[in-house]
This record gives sequence, structure tokens and C-alpha cells, in this order.
Amino acid sequence: MIDHREVLETNAMILKENLDVRTITLGVSLLDCCDADLDRLNEKIYHKLTTVAGDLVPVGQEIEKTFGIPVVNKRISVTPIAMVGGCACKTPADFVTIAKTLDRAAEELGVNFIGGYSAVISKGMTEADRNLMLSIPEALAVTERVCSSVNVGSTKTGIDMDGVRLMGEIVRKTAERTADRDSLGCAKLVVLCNAPDDNPFMAGAFHGVSEGDAVVNVGVSGPGVVKTALEKVRGASFEVLCETIKKTAFKVTRVGQLVAREAAKRLGVPFGIVDLSLAPTPAIGDSVAEILMEIGLDSVGGPGTTAALALLNDQVKKGGVMASSYVGGLSGAFIPVSEDQGMIDAVNAGNLTIEKLEAMTCVCSVGLDMIAVPGDTSAETIAGIIADEAAIGMVNAKTTAVRIIPVAGKGVGETVEFGGLLGYAPIMPVKNVSCEAFVRRGGRIPAPIHSFKN
Amino acid sequence: MKKAIITVVGKDTVGIIAAICTYLSEQSINILDISQTIVDGYFNMMMVADVTDCGKGFAALADELRAVGEQKGVIVHCQSDEIFQQMHRI
Repeated sequence: MIDHREVLETNAMILKENLDVRTITLGVSLLDCCDADLDRLNEKIYHKLTTVAGDLVPVGQEIEKTFGIPVVNKRISVTPIAMVGGCACKTPADFVTIAKTLDRAAEELGVNFIGGYSAVISKGMTEADRNLMLSIPEALAVTERVCSSVNVGSTKTGIDMDGVRLMGEIVRKTAERTADRDSLGCAKLVVLCNAPDDNPFMAGAFHGVSEGDAVVNVGVSGPGVVKTALEKVRGASFEVLCETIKKTAFKVTRVGQLVAREAAKRLGVPFGIVDLSLAPTPAIGDSVAEILMEIGLDSVGGPGTTAALALLNDQVKKGGVMASSYVGGLSGAFIPVSEDQGMIDAVNAGNLTIEKLEAMTCVCSVGLDMIAVPGDTSAETIAGIIADEAAIGMVNAKTTAVRIIPVAGKGVGETVEFGGLLGYAPIMPVKNVSCEAFVRRGGRIPAPIHSFKN
Repeated sequence: MKKAIITVVGKDTVGIIAAICTYLSEQSINILDISQTIVDGYFNMMMVADVTDCGKGFAALADELRAVGEQKGVIVHCQSDEIFQQMHRI
């Protein structure tokens, strides 16, 4: 029988330490909606989403009440739209009509984000991929809930540098097209390498072609729980530190597993994976940076940061893996700047730079996330930053990503406010050294030698 | 057997347990165990209850118990015991 102390511990995690289920993401395949007629395609997409995901929000709310744990977001991911729309969409404007359909379906269903306005171009682009990418600035400007992602490389294929260069321009254009909202469009656009097919977290979520018709993926979150647990072992050895993180990660993940199974059962859709990621929010006490400080750093960004993060990421995985029958997605610690008060403080104090963040992305999921840079940062420089991250992902066989916001009309020293879970960010300086000749070479970077395992 | 864990937190006052037990009996819910303690100066009670014969879903039960608690000035949570089993038992 469960004892009183255990009940108190669980409820303290939920009520005081911000333990929550960050997202129940329903992945929906749209491959069976393909049609050469654009209007019919849009109609089929709207119909399928509103049919398959009709109960998503009410089921999420019921689960919240049954277990007494907040389910913060209910979301949908769909098959990369470049594939779904390829047959009907001959221009970027054609693709924008699909973005509007996705937005309309999301609004009707009451979900706050729908991911999968995406292209997977690890080795090369089709005409449809290119048109979708060209449509991204407009699509993100005229919709509210649509999230977009482009996978530009993988360990198996290398990096499509033509795609990287184009995405540098697209990020800039998206920032300019949404200049009236502090370039908010870029907060919903992520460029990935080794993108997983089953990621439940936005903005990079899409329903990969390796998936079934529909699947439930769940992302848990609990930076505050880990931080509180570590407060009790201050000064203890690394062994004790690691054991504490593992035990906490186990407990947090078990909740995710329970919610995922229950959601799958109630929706009549198979359970996919639990994503173990520690995802911070701007709320006080919900910060990955604060965990790193509790481990022993005065501030994030100084010496020791990468090692502390590597340790944290690894222990979270070790504890979490045993707690769930299937783990997947990104599964690691997120280090978004604007969504984590500790990161914001470190940037404001001058302790955390883009270069250090880049080093940190070598040892955690995912990448340079929610980083605001001056609006006049060139497309080539942004492409260079994307290429650096993609190279880290490619060589280390891990997911990396760039979600960077060149805030139109703003410069270093200013702050940008995105609101809600997206938070706010000080604008960070970027090294003013051109990489134009590099990104303009054309073609692709070959796959690394260790990818040839056959 | 479907079990619920009902927790009550708040300032101690007359009739908290009576109000909750009356509601539970109206819903054909059998109480299996009760324990109480004082945490940080607050009254803290936990009940394990068998909700198999209760016609209502967890969501409705949780809402109504919260309302019963509000009348007594205490916070009442009703959760499926699975969340605790999953978290604390391998």
C-alpha cells in the first residue's frame, strides 16, 4: 500500500516543484490525404485532423483530473508537409494554403501548436521541398499555431549545404516578415540535423514516415524536481549526485509513461514514446540552468558548465530509460535561452555566450535554442551557425538544432519579449566574421567516415 | 479494484473528515485506510478509497470533492492511485 510520505512527495513535486506533463503530442500521418487537387488536399487534411484528433484536448483534460497532474500542452504533429503537398503544390503560395488549413484545424481542436510544416532534405531537395522552404516566412506570418522545421543533415547522409544556405535566408526573411511581432515567426522555426521521427516537442515535432497512422508521444518535464532533490545532497560526491538525478528522473518519467499509456488507451491510438527531456519554462524554479548551479556552478557559462551538463544529461537518460518501455524523441536536457530564467540571467551577466552554448550542445539535446541575435545578422552568418550545429550533430550521431531569432530592428543590449512559454531574451552578440565564401560553395558536406557501418 | 487517493490539506477545523466521508458514502465509495499528520503546521490527511462501485468518473469526483473541501476551507485532491504506484514502485 502506498504510504502517506510517498503521496506527499508526489504532490509536492506537482504543487511546489512544477512537475508537469509538458505535452501530449498526437502524431498523425497525412500521407493518405495526398491529392493532385489543392482544394481537395486541404479538405482531406482538415477532415482527417479533426476526426483523428477530435478527442485530444478533452482526453488531456480528463487525464489531468484523474491523476492530479497538469498536462500543459496538447499538440499535434503531422507528416512533413513537403511530402504531403508535393503533388498539389506547384508554388510557395500553394503550400501556404496548407499552413492555413493546419492552423484552422488546430484552432478548431483547441491545440496550441501543430508541427510538421516541414521538409526533410538531409541529402538534397525536391522541388516541393524548395517550395515549402520558400513559403515558410509567409506561412509563419499568416498563421498562429503552425510550427515549421527543416532537417538539413544526418550522420548517414552528411549535410545539404545548399539547404543550409537557403535556411539562412529563410530565417532572415521570417524575422523580417514578422517584424511587427518582434520576429516571433523565428520562434516557430527550427533547423535540425538528425531529426527524430517521434519528437513530441515543438517547434521541431513532425510525424515521420517511419511512424504508423497515428501515435501518442508524451514529453515530461521536471527541472524543478531535479533541482529540489539536489538541494538535499549539496557537497556530496559525484556518485551520490548521479544516483539522486537518476532516481528523480525515474520518478518523473514514470509519470510520463502512465500518462502516455492512458492517453493512448482513451484515444484508441497506439502509444509511441516518452521523451525524457528536461524542458525548462520561464517560471521561477523550472530552470535547467538552476540545476547546473545546484551541481556547483556560480553561473551557467563558466568553466565546468559543459561537464556538469554532460553529467546531468546522461543521468537523466539512465534513470529515465528504466522507467518507460519506449523512450525516444529528443530525450535530454534542453537549454533554450529565452525559456529559462537562469540562462537569461547568465547572458545578462555576460557569463554565457553563443560559443559556450555551442559547446554545451555537444553534450545535450538539442542545440542553439531560442537565441535572439541582432536583426542585421546576415543570412550567411546564420547559415554558418546552422552549419556548425549540424556538423556537431552529424559527427556525434545526435540530434542538433538551431532556433535563432534575428530580431528585426533590434541590437545587442536590447531585450525581446515573446510571451508565454516562449519567454523573453536578451539579444546576444554574434562574432562579426564573415563565412560567406564557405556557405556559398554549393553542394553538400559528405557523411563522416564512422557512418559507414554496413 | 479501482483505488483513489484523497488528500486534504488546510487549517484544522471541526467536521472536515465528516463532510468528506458523508460525500464518499453517498457515492458508494468505501474507505480502505485513513492517516493524518501535521506538516508545516497544516492538517494533512490521506485516505485510500475503493471507487469501483462509484458511478462517476475521476474527473467529476475530483471536482466535487474539491467543492466539498472548499466549503470547509481546505484543499482536497482526489487522484487515481496509479500515479503513486507508478512513481514509487518498480
